[in-house]
Amino acid sequence: MDFGPYLMLASLEGAVTAAVLALTAVGLSLVFGVMRVVNVAHGEFFMLGAVLAWWMTSLIGGHPALGFAVALIVVPVLVGLLAAAADVTILKRIAYDPERTIVATIGILYILQQVTLMTYGPDARPVEPPFNTRLALPWVEFSDGRPQLYWPWGLSTTSYKLGVIAAASVVLIGVWIVMARTRIGLVMRATQMDRDMALAFGIPVEKVYGLVFGLGAGLAAMAAVLIVPIQQAHYLMGGDPLLLSFIVVIIGGLGSLPGTVVAAILIGLSDGIISVFFSPTLAKILATLLVALVLVFRPQGLFGVRRA
Amino acid sequence: MLELSEINVAYGRAQILRDLSLTVNAGEILCLLGRNGAGKTTTMKAIMGLLPLMSGRITLDGQTISELPAHKVAGTGIGYIPQGRRLFADLTVAQNLEIGLMVRNSGGAVRDGVLDLFPRLRERLHQRAETLSGGEQQMLATARALCLEPRVLLLDEPTEGLQPSMIEAIRQVIVVMRDRGVAILLVEQRIDAILSVADRVAFIENGRNLETLPADALRADHAILERHLGV
Repeated sequence: MDFGPYLMLASLEGAVTAAVLALTAVGLSLVFGVMRVVNVAHGEFFMLGAVLAWWMTSLIGGHPALGFAVALIVVPVLVGLLAAAADVTILKRIAYDPERTIVATIGILYILQQVTLMTYGPDARPVEPPFNTRLALPWVEFSDGRPQLYWPWGLSTTSYKLGVIAAASVVLIGVWIVMARTRIGLVMRATQMDRDMALAFGIPVEKVYGLVFGLGAGLAAMAAVLIVPIQQAHYLMGGDPLLLSFIVVIIGGLGSLPGTVVAAILIGLSDGIISVFFSPTLAKILATLLVALVLVFRPQGLFGVRRA
Repeated sequence: MLELSEINVAYGRAQILRDLSLTVNAGEILCLLGRNGAGKTTTMKAIMGLLPLMSGRITLDGQTISELPAHKVAGTGIGYIPQGRRLFADLTVAQNLEIGLMVRNSGGAVRDGVLDLFPRLRERLHQRAETLSGGEQQMLATARALCLEPRVLLLDEPTEGLQPSMIEAIRQVIVVMRDRGVAILLVEQRIDAILSVADRVAFIENGRNLETLPADALRADHAILERHLGV
């Protein structure tokens, strides 16, 4: 196989990573943007999404698509409700103080991780994809000066991977519509811009915070439900998404949703491509280096706005 | 109408207001005067519930609003026009007004009425608030507060940094609202800008009441101003 088909394969793998990463990071970005809370437990909500997806699909049985469809809708809601409860019972009590929320979310991280270990156990468990057809992909070659399609051996993807990319795109467009076009989005943006003025104009800021924290965790959980047929559910799987989400949010600009999505595509694609051609470790090293460079030369992020 | 009885307010450990009492009646402009740091802005924030009271109470038509959670205060009919405007900068003019309308679920009629007072804003409905000129931003901050059909208006230095024609426009709106029976509490550094419209003037110093006088008395005798403000 030539270089071209390899690159295409690597880009497709990267696109799946990017799609899932964009969902997870947008959740983290929303929480930071509106609440100014650095949610260290974000990766555990992701992990919880995957574990609950396994639990729910094995509980329902029948055709894999049935259990998966239920999990895709119910699991993010469950995780969102749990996060909203954590917001009301923990973060609200410490008045969203920046330092204390970091310590508190580290506590939530360990509680979720250890409770999962004690109940679900240390095994990695797969979830069967709802559909999984192998799709051979064509490549172009020039013979006798004319372009011609051919199907190189080994160049293929699965319909499920394309489904993940499509589903993530739909959800992201949905989030954008909610933020830009609905009343609840308007209220969230007003709260993000000026908390005190939001209060002075009758916006129940504490309820908005609970909603945003739940929504952020729900997005992470949905990303995990989408990836779990490819990756398997495990109680320690939250670390990588947390690190990568932070990288993406910092590069994209804290609290900027378009910036977060662009950075997720950038990091996801480069992670996929570099992992295929070199090594996954090099991909993480380069991503972290990029964060360092962004912090030095453009601290507000690529799309962030410097606030006076 | 709006009554503050012996309120004490602190920022952290620094007490700002000490046993401060004020009354603003319907259809009246009360002007709060005092040196920098006397506690004028703190008084406004305390009314809006943005700072907790250590003691004392604030009532509106007999309803104790100082016991309400902060986000319920605006719903009783208090429109706040803060110092420095504090618009929702990334939202459009229309969206800023929408936030004001949502407070008491006011409809399109209220919105039209407010835009009639500020025709300039009608031309800029889809412009982002931070792209407006200073005067237009002040108009928007005022319009946003009027959108909740206020019974009480709190204005914190509304003429700060504005050119004379804008000051005049704002002043006219304040007078219109007074004539409609709104109780108006006004904080202003530039005495000449508001003395002509004020009904009563309350002097405060270090968070305490000094004296409250009819504005006519001040217009007749400028020595009072010099005594309290050192101007």
